[in-house]
Amino acid sequence: MNPPRLLAGRNLSAGPESFAEHTARLGQLLSRGPELIETLVHSGLSGRGGAAFPVGHKWRAAVARFKGSGIVVVNGAEGEPRSKKDSLLMATRPHLVLDGAVLAAQALQAREIVLYVGEEHQAARIAMERAVAERSEGERRLMRMTSAPARYVAGESSAAVHLVTSGVALPTTTPAAPALVQNVETLAHVALIARFGQDSATVLVTVAGGVTHPGVLEMETSATVGSAVTLAGGVIEPARAILLGGYFGTWMGVDDAWGLPLDPAALRERGLSLGCGVIGVQPRSRCAVCETAGILRYLARESSAQCGPCFFGLRALADACSRIAGSGTNADDLHRLERWAVEVRGRGACKHPDGAVMFLQSALRTFAPEFAHHAAHDSRRTA
Amino acid sequence: MNRNFKLGIDRIKCDGHALCAELLPELISLDDWGYPIITGDPIPAYLMPHAQRAVEGCPVLALTMLRAERQRAGGR
Repeated sequence: MNPPRLLAGRNLSAGPESFAEHTARLGQLLSRGPELIETLVHSGLSGRGGAAFPVGHKWRAAVARFKGSGIVVVNGAEGEPRSKKDSLLMATRPHLVLDGAVLAAQALQAREIVLYVGEEHQAARIAMERAVAERSEGERRLMRMTSAPARYVAGESSAAVHLVTSGVALPTTTPAAPALVQNVETLAHVALIARFGQDSATVLVTVAGGVTHPGVLEMETSATVGSAVTLAGGVIEPARAILLGGYFGTWMGVDDAWGLPLDPAALRERGLSLGCGVIGVQPRSRCAVCETAGILRYLARESSAQCGPCFFGLRALADACSRIAGSGTNADDLHRLERWAVEVRGRGACKHPDGAVMFLQSALRTFAPEFAHHAAHDSRRTA
Repeated sequence: MNRNFKLGIDRIKCDGHALCAELLPELISLDDWGYPIITGDPIPAYLMPHAQRAVEGCPVLALTMLRAERQRAGGR
């Protein structure tokens, strides 16, 4: 039997699916043990939070670390400004996410499940709270809910564990407890794989920017970037570029991006990533340099200011990019952008600086003509 | 037993005192903001005493020596 899609069932605008509806549609969740891990390895499922790490392998490694005292962190922080898919999933199919979390706790013999939901995602939090109340007493006793601060780094996995165990949502080099941090969409896929033996082979994407109907779509992994844009109503005007994966993602020319499959494994083979599933469409009339400067400024502000190269480096990069945006191209700042992007990479406790500079490097590549001949204009107008 | 070692930095502890770059300029340079840049390469035997001194001299104990074959999670 083929598994249904993640968002199958009642109309999405009709609010969260109840536990009764959920079990009537998909059947009872049978208790599973560690043997589920091998099923996950075979399924080829990869994480949907951004890093696309193979889930089965992650759980296998976690078993060794847990020794009965680990925690499962259900990551619904979704701090990426353009992403909407995690909050939509939690707000409409909360029990699919909880099923995945319960399966993880069973397979890893975890002592606790922490639901880590972004404080700004109101509907998602309410739906998840109600869903927890509908579960069995045994499951409820395992679960606890906590708010993720509305910050970009709060969803970073060591920051999530740090908050859950110590109350501070900052990345750390010394984790306090063994934990499995898994994105909510990933756990929903786990719930389907446990029931049907195979994955739905779909991926949730958020199409953002210059399209007629921006929003969340569930796409087959065999579909293409272009088909997602078309399904979102198509571009409102000719597009200049696609930002694949959100603010930690990659700018690409439209022709290069259009035919790419929405398949995490196939993308990894090409050295690409769907990241958190954001497909950002940049209209030709918007200034790409100013857009890049604005996003870089945001990422610099979102540094948790713990590591010097990230705090000072990203700020300097954002300043240089803003100077080009505001006062026009100058060769010195262009050279600084290129040199600092290389120097900063890999020199933080978490991957925040890496994501930011890889985003910048893809902008310098994709928008090379714009960066080389940018005329002075007010960046506040467009960025 | 593998006797190769490499340098590691706890980026959260490091405050950019820059003593390490003074004591071990062969392996450590500074970026434009005064924070150390290291490579993942093994420390050559003839520099081991200097590397040891740089590790001991770090005022915030951010500089460490790691076995070269071991990968640390979460970046360098």
